[in-house]
Amino acid sequence: MILLTRKADFSAAHFYWNSGWSEEENQRVFGKCANRQGHGHNYTLEVTVAGAVDPVSGFVVDLKQLKEIMEREVVSVYDHRHLNHEVPEFAHTVPTTENIAIAIWRRLDGKIPNSKLHRIRVYETPDLFADFFGEPSATESKPA
Amino acid sequence: MSSPHVHLSRRYHFAASHRLHVDALSPERNREVFGKCNNPFGHGHNYVVELTLSGAVDPATGMVTNLSDLDSFAQREMLDLFDHANLNTLEPFLDLVPTTENLCIELWRIFAAYPHANLERIRVEETGNNSFEYFGDGVMPAHEG
Repeated sequence: MILLTRKADFSAAHFYWNSGWSEEENQRVFGKCANRQGHGHNYTLEVTVAGAVDPVSGFVVDLKQLKEIMEREVVSVYDHRHLNHEVPEFAHTVPTTENIAIAIWRRLDGKIPNSKLHRIRVYETPDLFADFFGEPSATESKPA
Repeated sequence: MSSPHVHLSRRYHFAASHRLHVDALSPERNREVFGKCNNPFGHGHNYVVELTLSGAVDPATGMVTNLSDLDSFAQREMLDLFDHANLNTLEPFLDLVPTTENLCIELWRIFAAYPHANLERIRVEETGNNSFEYFGDGVMPAHEG
């Protein structure tokens, strides 16, 4: 079993807002991230897949194919977009780094041939990133 | 369905000096073990602390933990103590050699008290070429091991 990671970058705008809360509560919890005009980041996405090495090709997955899937499923949808306004999964979900990692997992899960999605890592800045290893039912049981 | 569980990692930077020296060892033995790190007046590094926390994503906020809470905690409990300090003069290192290994363990002790998420990992870069990771007492990483 080998883990293989491919990176991609996208730039997008977002803001944090819970429509069930008052403006004051949004400001209190989200601070400057609640500015309704939005702000942006250069995000870096790392997709890690796990699989066996094909004895003929020596590949876990074809990197070109993985790049195309990431481009089609994620980058073409997120890049140079406003996540709250233009990406459907964030119409009613706050586009935090955590939720972006979950959303990208859901976009890619089951779409990469010959391998299993292992980890989605999303960097919002070089000093902040979120990792998602799958839905609770799909993850290995962890010690309490 | 229960909320998805996410790992969140945050990097902090501080600059500090230290000297690797153990009083119980002879001067010769200290030089042998610690080399230039034993030079008498100490030296310094730009440390990078990368900590990983985990927890369920709060459906209302989309967050494992509010970064403003985490940043305040890190400022108060770590950066205010360690930034631009001599590690050897700080309470945890009065009787403990301030290697980056021991710094990892001390930082684990500090961040284990953070109330809003589970501490999964402390990673400290002493320079761009060496880094140390601690996952708590005897625990290996769940996903990367």
